[in-house]
Amino acid sequence: MTPADTLRFATRAASGYPLRTALMVLAMSIGVAAVVVLTALGDGARRYVVNEFSALGSNLVIVLPGRTATGGFGLGNLVTSTPRDLTVRDAQALLRAPLVTRMAPLSVGNSEIAWGGRLREAMVVGTSGDYVDIRAFRMAEGNFLPREDLGRATAVAVLGTKIRDEIFGSEPAIGRIVRVGDRRLRVIGVLGKTGQGLGMNTDELVFVPVATAQAMFNTNNLFRIIVEARSRDAIAPAKQQLEDIMRLRRDGELDVTLITQDAVLGTFDRILGALTLAVAGIAAISLAVAGILVMNVMLVAVTQRTAEIGLLKALGATGRNIRLAFLTEAALLSLAGAITGFALGHLGAWGLRLAFPVLPAWPPDWAVFAGIGTALTTGILFGVMPARRAARLDPVQALSRR
Amino acid sequence: MAQIELTGIERVFTLGDSEVHALHELSVSIDSGEYVAVMGPSGSGKSTLLNLLGLLDRPNAGTYRLEGRDVTTLSPDEQAEVRRTRIGFVFQSFHLVPRLTAAENVALPLMLAGIPPAERHARVAQALKDFGLETRAHHRPDELSGGQRQRVAIARATIMRPAVILADEPTGNLDRSTGQDVTHLLEDLNAAGVTLIVVTHDPVMGGRARRRLMMEDGRLLHDVREPAPVP
Ligand SMILES: Nc1ncnc2c1ncn2[C@@H]1O[C@H](COP(=O)(O)OP(=O)(O)OP(=O)(O)O)[C@@H](O)[C@H]1O
Ligand SMILES: [Mg+2]
Repeated sequence: MTPADTLRFATRAASGYPLRTALMVLAMSIGVAAVVVLTALGDGARRYVVNEFSALGSNLVIVLPGRTATGGFGLGNLVTSTPRDLTVRDAQALLRAPLVTRMAPLSVGNSEIAWGGRLREAMVVGTSGDYVDIRAFRMAEGNFLPREDLGRATAVAVLGTKIRDEIFGSEPAIGRIVRVGDRRLRVIGVLGKTGQGLGMNTDELVFVPVATAQAMFNTNNLFRIIVEARSRDAIAPAKQQLEDIMRLRRDGELDVTLITQDAVLGTFDRILGALTLAVAGIAAISLAVAGILVMNVMLVAVTQRTAEIGLLKALGATGRNIRLAFLTEAALLSLAGAITGFALGHLGAWGLRLAFPVLPAWPPDWAVFAGIGTALTTGILFGVMPARRAARLDPVQALSRR
Repeated sequence: MAQIELTGIERVFTLGDSEVHALHELSVSIDSGEYVAVMGPSGSGKSTLLNLLGLLDRPNAGTYRLEGRDVTTLSPDEQAEVRRTRIGFVFQSFHLVPRLTAAENVALPLMLAGIPPAERHARVAQALKDFGLETRAHHRPDELSGGQRQRVAIARATIMRPAVILADEPTGNLDRSTGQDVTHLLEDLNAAGVTLIVVTHDPVMGGRARRRLMMEDGRLLHDVREPAPVP
């Protein structure tokens, strides 16, 4: 029996029992689809996080008020209660650390921006002139905030592109006086398009000098201080220096949290590693279940087709012929399941991307190969036993079955 | 030299503690081109004998020489090859594969023998024509009458041009006139030189054979030879 004939015979056998075939293809495809969708989700989350944090700029240490108990980074830790405020003076003191090149304080609040009868809500970020360099932003028009004493509340503003478009439309923005909250500020620059970053869309922000923002929101404390270390290797020692400075300023008690990008990414790595493991587990279970189903369905097929097997033997089929025919059938069903599952999984990933546009939910190539490969392997492995049983059937007894 | 030579064949089935001697001290030789009817009461071992002759079963003792070769000692694959090339089976219940068409059923032995599709199609088309089935080539078994099904089965049994045709009650599931048609078909094959061994309960069909093996309790009771009936 030639391989082509074996394949044709197995195909005819599989299509001869449509319900059974459909059931098995469905079971197998659910397993593969699960792998594709879940890894798309996991990898999408990983890519999202990496993009977010690499958009931050490099070699950064972020200082936030409040001490986290574990020192680890979790979503809850970003909103810790504040025992003592973080001030502009603290920020200035941090520049004394030898391994620190630049620093930008952040003070954040919600307000509104108005010009020429147009009004919209906007998040206002008070910071310093170095912020644009630390974040490696590009200016679309004009300049960023002036590099000046942090205590000066200069009446200027820099707009995100989206804000600029919504307030000014096609009219020039530079030099215009806008109202932000209760202040009148002169527009000195517009940022280039940047997109997402740390959950805030920079295109929808209004940047003002930190003192201006603090006066506007009537506060002395800062939301964050972003510090840039001299180099990648300097991040850890710089963090140590920053901690020493802060401890000195707080009478020996360290009540701020310092986050480095590495720590953030490391934490997400761990989270996503666990997620991947969970995905692998779920995939393994669903594919094992599918494999067992393949085995049972093939065993039923062998029982159903006992007379046929007896006949084939009477016509001169060898045990090998029969084993191969049934194994090919199992492999075909698994392959059909894998392909269907692949398509279903991509449909699911597409749905995910539709539901969560910020999440780049594309299944990684390795997962697709692993899913399809595992489906085929399980199908064939679990097909071996029924195929051997078929090949070993006693022809006389098989023929007498009706 | 006889084509088929059985000597001292024993076939014992064990059912729990009891033993059934389905065949006992059976010795018989059949020449090439003979027309043999195997007859006897139910349970006398006719089917067991036929399965043995067709290498679907092995004896517990005794030797079976087919065309001078001791076939009981062959490996399973060698036995499969003998079945494929030298023996054709016809069964009472036809044993057609339900999902395959008449043509595909007839082509099965050619496919198992690895004969290329082009040659296969030509031979199947010829066989279907010989058995008057050309208009039924693409029908599945459930769309065929009993007589047509048995003709498909006979076409399948002869497609490899075997030396021996073994038929176990080939007319058992057919009405009288269809049964006669099938009998004539088998006899035509025998007339062309194929050895024909038929198990039958029908004394009329048995009477047509030139040699009758009368069995009882696994033994050969009578071995009756008659001159060929005058046409
Ligand atoms: N697989 C088996 N296991 C146990 N006993 C068997 C088996 N096959 C056949 N026998 C026994 O062997 C004996 C001969 O059976 P066999 O089928 O050859 O009879 P037969 O002559 O073909 O009968 P029938 O005319 O009813 O077809 C019977 O007693 C039967 O019960
Ligand atoms: Mg019988």
